[in-house]
Amino acid sequence: MATPAIETAQQIQGDGNFPAPSVSSSPRKNRWRIHNVGDFVFENLTRLFGFVVFSLVFLMAFEMYRGSHLSIEKFGWSFLTTSTWDPVQDQFGALPFIFGTLGSSLLALLIALPLSLGVAVFLSELCPRWLEQPLSFVVELLAAIPSIVYGLWGVFVLVPWLRITVEPFLRKSLGYIPLFSGPAYGFGMLASGLILAIMVLPIITSISRDVLKSIPSLQREAAFALGATRWETTRIVLRSARSGILGATLLGLGRAVGETMAVTMVIGNRPEIAASLFSPAYSMASVLANEFAEATTEIYTHALIEIALVLFVITVILNALARLIVWSLTRKFKTA
Amino acid sequence: MKLRSFVLAMAAIALMGQSGAAQLKLNGAGATFPYVIYSKWFDVYHTKTGIEFNYQSIGSGGGIKQVIEGTVDFGASDAPMTDDQLKQVLDKQGSEVLHIPTVMGAVVVTYSIPNVGKGLKLSPEVLSGIFLGEITSWGDSKITSINQGMNLPDLPIVVAHRSDGSGTTNIFTDYLTKASKPWADKVGKGPSVNWPVGLGGKGNEGVAGLVKQSEGSIGYVELAYAVQNKLPYASLQNKAGNFVEPTFDAVAAAAAGSAKNLPDDLRVSITNADGKDSYPISGFTWLLIYKNMKDNDKAEAVKKFLTWAMADGQSYAKDLYYAPLPKEVLKMCEKKIASIASK
Repeated sequence: MATPAIETAQQIQGDGNFPAPSVSSSPRKNRWRIHNVGDFVFENLTRLFGFVVFSLVFLMAFEMYRGSHLSIEKFGWSFLTTSTWDPVQDQFGALPFIFGTLGSSLLALLIALPLSLGVAVFLSELCPRWLEQPLSFVVELLAAIPSIVYGLWGVFVLVPWLRITVEPFLRKSLGYIPLFSGPAYGFGMLASGLILAIMVLPIITSISRDVLKSIPSLQREAAFALGATRWETTRIVLRSARSGILGATLLGLGRAVGETMAVTMVIGNRPEIAASLFSPAYSMASVLANEFAEATTEIYTHALIEIALVLFVITVILNALARLIVWSLTRKFKTA
Repeated sequence: MKLRSFVLAMAAIALMGQSGAAQLKLNGAGATFPYVIYSKWFDVYHTKTGIEFNYQSIGSGGGIKQVIEGTVDFGASDAPMTDDQLKQVLDKQGSEVLHIPTVMGAVVVTYSIPNVGKGLKLSPEVLSGIFLGEITSWGDSKITSINQGMNLPDLPIVVAHRSDGSGTTNIFTDYLTKASKPWADKVGKGPSVNWPVGLGGKGNEGVAGLVKQSEGSIGYVELAYAVQNKLPYASLQNKAGNFVEPTFDAVAAAAAGSAKNLPDDLRVSITNADGKDSYPISGFTWLLIYKNMKDNDKAEAVKKFLTWAMADGQSYAKDLYYAPLPKEVLKMCEKKIASIASK
């Protein structure tokens, strides 16, 4: 039954090996014969590139592991659970940094997600044509602003505003919740969460907007035909775009986790874990940026590289999680 | 045709620049604190003699590492090298390292208290109490008792310190370790320490920013930085019991006060110095020179430069807010410079 036409068609559908159409003999025998030098070179060159990228990741992980072995041997798993960071006594524990990174990133997502979705829905569903391009442009401009500029803006504008207006207000009205208790410095978890939210917003917005736009208009038309309101239709569309939006969110989270300069300038750089949003914190990227150049002893340098390794692993886990969730969502809901 | 003549013209210009004897070029790396004056010195010296010095301010720790690895011709550091580090240089590069002090600096304590201007006085007990988190309010009796006549509000103290490893922190914590036993027991000294309280700012700018932004805050920065940015600084009580302001004379007095105890290799910390006019948080900054350099021309050049730096070079110090070295130290430096091996 395998006529040459069908075989070629099957190959085109993507079994990885795509030799130049040769309809002379059976594909099995011809698989190892070089039909076309150009294709052979192209295929193997790109294979090499893919391999290089792949091995780069492993090489980085290996180098980080090698560069932190002293610290791994000395502290073991307690490195991830201890809170002391004492370069004088050579006692190192990464828990405050893990808390700072994850806390500020999750706070950023919490603030940015509703905003981004709102902007994305507006841009794709409700925006008048003439406004859409300029608005998209401005949103994407937010992503182009360098991190250090955000940091400076944070120090000179955001932090004083938080210290003078927002945090005292929150403390007065919601001070009984531990989340809003404690002295208000301006610098701290809340400031870094807000800055990260602004930095993450354009990513989630632009990808969500594209995803929403790619939902076929048939969906919307069908909903309207059944008598759904604007909001109900939008809800249906959002539901279809669920996996794409989730992917966008996790991309944003990835950026937030790795963000260094903006966070360093407003987070307060204090390695301690506290329940309050007003208290200073410390993120993994910040401690690396701050302390790596002057790390005097070997164990100190190794401890810092171990923090880099932990950050790397967390990023990998988040990305893997993202993939897993997107895959599980698309599995039972095959759209585009 | 146009491109060819353009390329030829460029080549001609490049070759012109190469005419004359090959100019000597030395590379150094190290502390950020003396970067301003080293830049000035290297620039003036280059105009004078044509010898080029290239300096990268990567930090004292980086400077020491590069001296150990032998990638530079000289290093610079705010903290002297440890015996262990000197041994590493001897093993790897086959030479001892001479510590030549070039200028002096001071660390000042700056603050921002509403309605309080210059003139805050701090004793070692109060300073270490604040940075240990034991004294938490400006209205505390320990502070007001030494500041009679100043209207200190009952405001909580916001402490600011360096988040990055730095020579400034090293000198500051070195002083606190010497002057306060609780500090020595609980924290210790180093370019990075486990601060009991306080927010961390990156660089002098970070700390100054934190202090300016927060009410009732206190932090430490280099003297040069405080003067240039017109920050108020406190008078500190020195070992003799007097409250001294951080002036160039007070810093020189600290060096003079430590002169009789200066070890031969000049690797010394002069914090908490004797002398009634000494400013307690003063320090040298050193150039780290190989005693036995492999290249004789470079050794000669370095010797000549250092001799110039100890003489004419010192006159540039005050304008750039560094304290020049006192006579006693200059004499010891001359002996050290003479011992650099060259034919």
